Amino acid sequence: MSHSDSFIRKYIFSTDHKIIGIQYILTGLAMALVGGTLAGLIRLQLGWPGLQWPLLGKLMPVGMPSGVMTPEFYMALVTMHGTIMVFFFMSFVLVSGFGNYVVPLQIGARDMAFPLLNMLSYWIGLLGAIVILLSFFVQGGAAAAGWTAYPPLSAVASAMPGSALGQTLWLLAMALFIASFTMSGLNIVATVLSLRAPGMSMMRMPLTVWSYFISAIMGLLAFPPLTAAAIMLLFDRHFDTSFFLPSGLIVAGKLLPNHGGSPLLWQHLFWFLGHPEVYVLILPALGIALDMLPVFSRKPVFGYRLSVYCLMIVAVLSMIVWGHHMFVSGMSPFSGEYFSISTMLITVPMTIIGVNMLGSLWGARITLATPMLFALGIIALFGVGGFGGLFLGNATADMQLHDTYFVVGHFHLMIGGVTLLGTFAGIYYWFPKMFGRQMSEALGKAHFWLTFLPFFTVFFMQHFVGLQGAPRRYYAFTTYEYLNRTHGQNVVISLVAFLLMAGQLVFALNFIWSLVAGRASERNPWHATTLEWETSSPPPHGNFVEIPTVHRWAYEYSVAGEALDYTPQTVPARQVAVTA
Amino acid sequence: MATHTVEPVIDRWGGGACPFAAGWRKVMMWAFIVTDGLLFAGFLASYGYARLMAERWPPQQEVFSISYLAVMTFVLISSSATMASAVVAAGASDRRATTRFVLLTILGGVAFLGMQAYEWAHLIGEGATLTHNPWGDPSFGSYFFLLTGFHGSHVLTGLIVLCVTAWHSAGGRSSANGVEIAGLYWHFVDLVWVFIFTLFYLV
Ligand code: HEM
Ligand SMILES: [Cu+2]
Repeated sequence: MSHSDSFIRKYIFSTDHKIIGIQYILTGLAMALVGGTLAGLIRLQLGWPGLQWPLLGKLMPVGMPSGVMTPEFYMALVTMHGTIMVFFFMSFVLVSGFGNYVVPLQIGARDMAFPLLNMLSYWIGLLGAIVILLSFFVQGGAAAAGWTAYPPLSAVASAMPGSALGQTLWLLAMALFIASFTMSGLNIVATVLSLRAPGMSMMRMPLTVWSYFISAIMGLLAFPPLTAAAIMLLFDRHFDTSFFLPSGLIVAGKLLPNHGGSPLLWQHLFWFLGHPEVYVLILPALGIALDMLPVFSRKPVFGYRLSVYCLMIVAVLSMIVWGHHMFVSGMSPFSGEYFSISTMLITVPMTIIGVNMLGSLWGARITLATPMLFALGIIALFGVGGFGGLFLGNATADMQLHDTYFVVGHFHLMIGGVTLLGTFAGIYYWFPKMFGRQMSEALGKAHFWLTFLPFFTVFFMQHFVGLQGAPRRYYAFTTYEYLNRTHGQNVVISLVAFLLMAGQLVFALNFIWSLVAGRASERNPWHATTLEWETSSPPPHGNFVEIPTVHRWAYEYSVAGEALDYTPQTVPARQVAVTA
Repeated sequence: MATHTVEPVIDRWGGGACPFAAGWRKVMMWAFIVTDGLLFAGFLASYGYARLMAERWPPQQEVFSISYLAVMTFVLISSSATMASAVVAAGASDRRATTRFVLLTILGGVAFLGMQAYEWAHLIGEGATLTHNPWGDPSFGSYFFLLTGFHGSHVLTGLIVLCVTAWHSAGGRSSANGVEIAGLYWHFVDLVWVFIFTLFYLV
């Protein structure tokens, strides 16, 4: 398997799933830097609206003329922050990045089923990322209709500056992203089904692999309707159709000629994707957490089968709850009732997964290594975020809470926090595998506290800002009298948010420093049972010298009578009867 | 009496092999078909939504010639039959028959596209565009061109795949597996048409 490939074939245009995984991770982290900067600008505006920032004014003369942010620029910031974080950071790093890196290793495969398609998927994804970045610099600036791109803002080019070329590029970037994500998903599904090592039955797969498998299937089911919607939106924008534009629409004082469409159709199609998409992102984080708990508590995962079934049930239910994002769209009370009930139903398997996580900790010897801290943090955020979801899922309560900061707080704990912590857990855990070096534990722990505490504070507080009636996407709380009393809270949130961002410098430092000077790692530094630790670090092209044979599930920790407190999946069943 | 060795019961899902006969390529094609099918589901659902909202949906039997469409549909379905024959021939390693049947399938596909183009030209001649049409709700034209256009583009893709298959088969470089997978896609394209035909032209 060892070819003497050129540098370019080996590290740039590589078809090796490990290199592609790392490419995705590094690209995604770079995009996170952009998304984070945008968030910083948003917080600057929300904390101190109207204040002059002369330096920023020089840097961004259009968006912040004379140092004060324009409302249009603010809208673009919110839109691009959401889009970049969801699609070009989380999807890249957590789903495609770790999915690529970890899944073939953990099932004992030499590579993805279709390595060339895999490479293509990365490059198309990268192109999407470049397009979305470039869209900041076109006439009118970046898209500004929200990450949900609701028409008419997104469909009528004259609606606002960002609705012009910026929105078109947004759609193009999304098209590229979807193409890339679909290829990636096809690969994961085919790989997990067909390339498992001998003995790796479905029910012996680590929960990480299960979560990636199910999330890939969900992605394949949920994205096509959004693709259809995006194509129709392009037609509305460029060929004057009226798929999403109703009759009698007046934009900027002008009556539009459109006739007969419906902006609600977009909302249905978008959320039919959008809701499953949030689970596409969170399932891998949950899978990673579920797998990290046993490693650092030295006991088998609690409720393996139940967790697998719950992941499946969540996947199915997530396809039929999209209407809970549209309670205020004038839907009939009966539909509202239906969507409320189905949303409440989905909290049941979600809660079971959460309880299984807690069960994994019950009576365990816990080692608080950095990945474990992040996994524990996931339980906390998942619990609180899910609790907020309960309120939102009730149509009656949501009438009040919809489009307030309560929703912003809720989804950041989930799609922002759980996934962010999952990403970090994954990086700290697999870094030795990827680069053969250990990251600094001390810096890692500092990074955890500097991430978890500020993150929780920011978004927990936003729930209460929302309860006071503060709408999301508003440029300044000074516009309305009643919002003025949120001033102090907004300042605190902004300050803590900056602390959160500063905390990430610790991570950057740790990452780069460990890359060049980290302590060399032993082969299996965490004493884990899964297959990726049975090969060298970093693994050779082709992963395993010899394809391993799997004899047991992934959670044999502290088995009575064994010499070690873990038994790798490759250890054959012992013939001798053991007396405990 | 010949000794009878007991075959161990092999768990197809136990790892070490693909649980489905034709390997990962077929798995991937199936997954792709599901995805692509949902793209059309998205279009068709939108069309349904628009039609429910429309004040006056044009009566299809006056706009279209249903018998013409029946012929079109028949041509496409027949091409699915020839494709099935090609798969059988490829399974029997009959290279010449495979090539012949794939070529027949291509013929059917091209005929279908030709008839589709003629229908487009005819309707455009009567004043139908993406945004207007003489018969009623303007979204009728939008969805007509959207649905048939996207389906047409899939037929075209299928034809390209089939041309490559025929080329490989004629040169002796095709595998039964490859022909079968190309066939899967072709049947899928035909199936989508059945849905469009039923939901847009008939109902
Ligand atoms: C425990 C189960 C959950 C329930 C009951 C729930 C319920 C809801 C409801 C009803 C809304 C709509 C609120 C509104 O717009 O008025 C919402 C918004 C949202 N939820 Fe959840 N949710 C749950 C879990 C999650 C998870 C696990 C994630 C992400 C990984 C997530 C991400 C989001 C996002 C991104 C939005 C807002 C999107 C937007 O409007 O921009 N939720 N949730
Ligand atoms: Cu949702």
